[in-house]
Amino acid sequence: MKMRVINLIKRAAAVLLFAPAVALAAGASVHLDKAPVSTDPAALQHGAKLFVNYCLNCHGASYVRYNQLQNIGLSEQMIRDNLMFTGEKVGDLMKISMARDDGKVWFGAAPPDLSVIARSRASGDGSGADWLYTYLRQFYRDPARPTGWNNVIFENVGMPHVLWELQGEQVAKVTENADGSKHVELSLAKPGKMSAEEYDKSIADLVSFLVWMGEPVAEKRKTIGTFVLIFLAGLFVLSYALKKNYWKDIH
Amino acid sequence: MTTKSQAVLNWIDERFPLTSSIKGHLTEYYAPKNFNFWYFFGSLALLVLVIQILTGIFLVMHYKPDASLNAAGVPVAFASVEYIMREVPGGWLIRYLHSTGASAFFIVVYLHMFRGLLYGSYRKPRELIWIFGTLIFLVLMAEAFMGYLLPWGQMSFWGAQVIVNLFSAIPVIGPDLSLVIRGDFVVSDATLNRFFSFHVIAVPLVLIGLVAAHIIALHEVGSNNPDGVEIKKKKDANGIPLDGIPFHPYYTVKDIVGVVAFLFFFSAVVFFAPEGGGYFLEFNNFIPADPLKTPPHIAPVWYFTPFYSILRAVTYPLFGLDAKFWGVVAMGASVVIIAFLPWLDRSPVKSVRYKGPIFKIALVIFVICFFILGYLGVLPPTPGRTLVSQICSVLYFAFFLLMPWYSKLDKCKAEPERVNFK
Amino acid sequence: MSVDQKMDSSRRTLLLATSAAGGVAAVATAVPFVASLTPSERAKAAGAPVEVDVGKLAPGEMMTVEWRGKPVWILRRTPEMLASLDKTDANVTDPASDEPQQPDYAKNKHRSIKPEYLVTVGICTHLGCSPSEKFKVGAESGMGADWPGGFLCPCHGSIFDLAGRVYKSMPAPTNLEIPPHQYLADTTILVGDDGKA
Repeated sequence: MKMRVINLIKRAAAVLLFAPAVALAAGASVHLDKAPVSTDPAALQHGAKLFVNYCLNCHGASYVRYNQLQNIGLSEQMIRDNLMFTGEKVGDLMKISMARDDGKVWFGAAPPDLSVIARSRASGDGSGADWLYTYLRQFYRDPARPTGWNNVIFENVGMPHVLWELQGEQVAKVTENADGSKHVELSLAKPGKMSAEEYDKSIADLVSFLVWMGEPVAEKRKTIGTFVLIFLAGLFVLSYALKKNYWKDIH
Repeated sequence: MTTKSQAVLNWIDERFPLTSSIKGHLTEYYAPKNFNFWYFFGSLALLVLVIQILTGIFLVMHYKPDASLNAAGVPVAFASVEYIMREVPGGWLIRYLHSTGASAFFIVVYLHMFRGLLYGSYRKPRELIWIFGTLIFLVLMAEAFMGYLLPWGQMSFWGAQVIVNLFSAIPVIGPDLSLVIRGDFVVSDATLNRFFSFHVIAVPLVLIGLVAAHIIALHEVGSNNPDGVEIKKKKDANGIPLDGIPFHPYYTVKDIVGVVAFLFFFSAVVFFAPEGGGYFLEFNNFIPADPLKTPPHIAPVWYFTPFYSILRAVTYPLFGLDAKFWGVVAMGASVVIIAFLPWLDRSPVKSVRYKGPIFKIALVIFVICFFILGYLGVLPPTPGRTLVSQICSVLYFAFFLLMPWYSKLDKCKAEPERVNFK
Repeated sequence: MSVDQKMDSSRRTLLLATSAAGGVAAVATAVPFVASLTPSERAKAAGAPVEVDVGKLAPGEMMTVEWRGKPVWILRRTPEMLASLDKTDANVTDPASDEPQQPDYAKNKHRSIKPEYLVTVGICTHLGCSPSEKFKVGAESGMGADWPGGFLCPCHGSIFDLAGRVYKSMPAPTNLEIPPHQYLADTTILVGDDGKA
């Protein structure tokens, strides 16, 4: 009983003391749009197609093999026909031919490998998917940049807007908030091949693919996990009954 | 038992103390019958140790401690971890068990230590058990720290960089010492290889030895219990403690319940949240180590943060030595001081159940400070946070240093003659 | 032991049930560990079928390609070489290739799909050395005057004929292994995949 009271006091005090710290921690964050991540094979396949067409020229995915795309419902033949353009084998890693040093010269930094990008971009502000979903939709024209492009959540980014033909060209209106921070508002100056909704859907598919690629085993992991937890719950009941049975001797 | 197997057993017993060991440590090791929830964590710590060793053995078969860049421009060590996650059959599970196991180890060990604090398990005649335990904690910290370098991500690299530089704060030999630890002027391939060697061979050997010593010492003097009563004082005609029950089968069946419950929560993390919200696997560690670019927020893994906060809380130079030195001293002292508890506590009783209000309040403040320090350790410092961590650090040390005084002053209740059971 | 004597039936049942479930858990836990010892995706990718163009291979010549890290020999046999197989029939352990050391389509006298081309894994079936070629006939080969051409394993002296069949009384127990293979075109061989799963 006494322990319980002490525990309660401990918990209450911790909550009281932690509250201001949590409030402090929430400063200097960026707003991220929630990414509608999907595990639907059609979305992932569309994402894969965008990925090999637009990303895989400069970014590698050097931990992923082409034939692993069979896990998102593609056959080896489909992978060979639709997603592979150079003479690799279907068991090869998704590497790029661009030399790292060239990348450094062209973009200021070598384009990072994208295999685990969705995992590394997570932060207190949101998941890695949220960051990517926001990032890929917030490029805008900036003549001051060598590439002619800038990004709202990744200021002075080295990467040009490779999807501009699809999205069109956005321009930014920068205003200052009351607290001195910048507020950027984007508007579409030149429409692209896709409507805003189509583009958002495409980016959602691409991000879903990047999430899948970050941990291809994720779905299987959760499936196995469900069985493991159900089994352990059953084992708990058994072992608890056994313990009770033995301990009835102890008075 | 058939006569044949009895004969085999006799043959062994004449050459090796098999039966007597089983009796001495299991079937005729009498443990107090009033163990509560807190007493699960000792056996759980042993379980996690086994998990770590087993998964570690299999990870070493595929991991490569190599900081050089592969053809795709990724450090080989980093790529080999992703290789385990993607290409080795079952590798992802073994790796997640190991990475989650590291955090689980500290959760279990912290709770195990707190149990000792609650019930005075460090008091005479258990001082050596406690000292072995503190050493286990220290060695475990070294093991975790070196293991954390191996994935060779950004947090691995910069965490190691910061911690190794702590040693350079030691006057005179410091800079040379950190050079010897790294084997290079920065954390590099040389550091990675020696940390690998220590992590998989040297430190585990020491750890297992200390765990054995910890248990042997425990079984020599017998277990404490939530009432802090020595059960050996009251024995029946056969010399068996009246409040004692054989460890096997009673505590084996009970500990199995604890093990299954633990595995349930452990599996929930492994299968559904292996990143532990970014605390068990930090997000920045999915970026390969880059010696030219420090991540904007760098913090040690959560289990080091209380001590890391104490390090950062020291901002004043003293006796002509800079604050960095005293920070390292304070951090070291905050761990080492735990070992002195047996001689700091002067209370006439062991268990918190019979201790007076002063100890209870002190303990509550201590635990709260520990949590706050831990929390502040993951955040970047601000003047306000530094002040809070300074207050908490002072209170942390006050809990230990003022104990000889307040534990004597406290109004304790009388210990019972026998343990309370049900 | 008083506990054993009092062992009631419900305790017995529980003990059995818990042990059985615990055993299941232990076996299930062993699965990923044992699985991790099997070839990884990288090893499988490296072991993918190899396409070989044998068009430039002259009669009597042999080429070696790597498949799953092992040497695979492709020998274009001359009519004389093929004729030598009749002579060695009596000297080899398994002339009809009864041991399952080859796919069914290579279970014939010449142990190949086309008589001309021998495709075989160049690893001695004794302890895994790679035999060396001894194609020269007669005393010139250093293998005796009546040597019809074949292979000699340098490690323990096993001798094979030009269809990879092992001679009698040799350390090697069986004929050389014929890998699964198929002809994609007249002179293009795919080693490692015969289109039958």
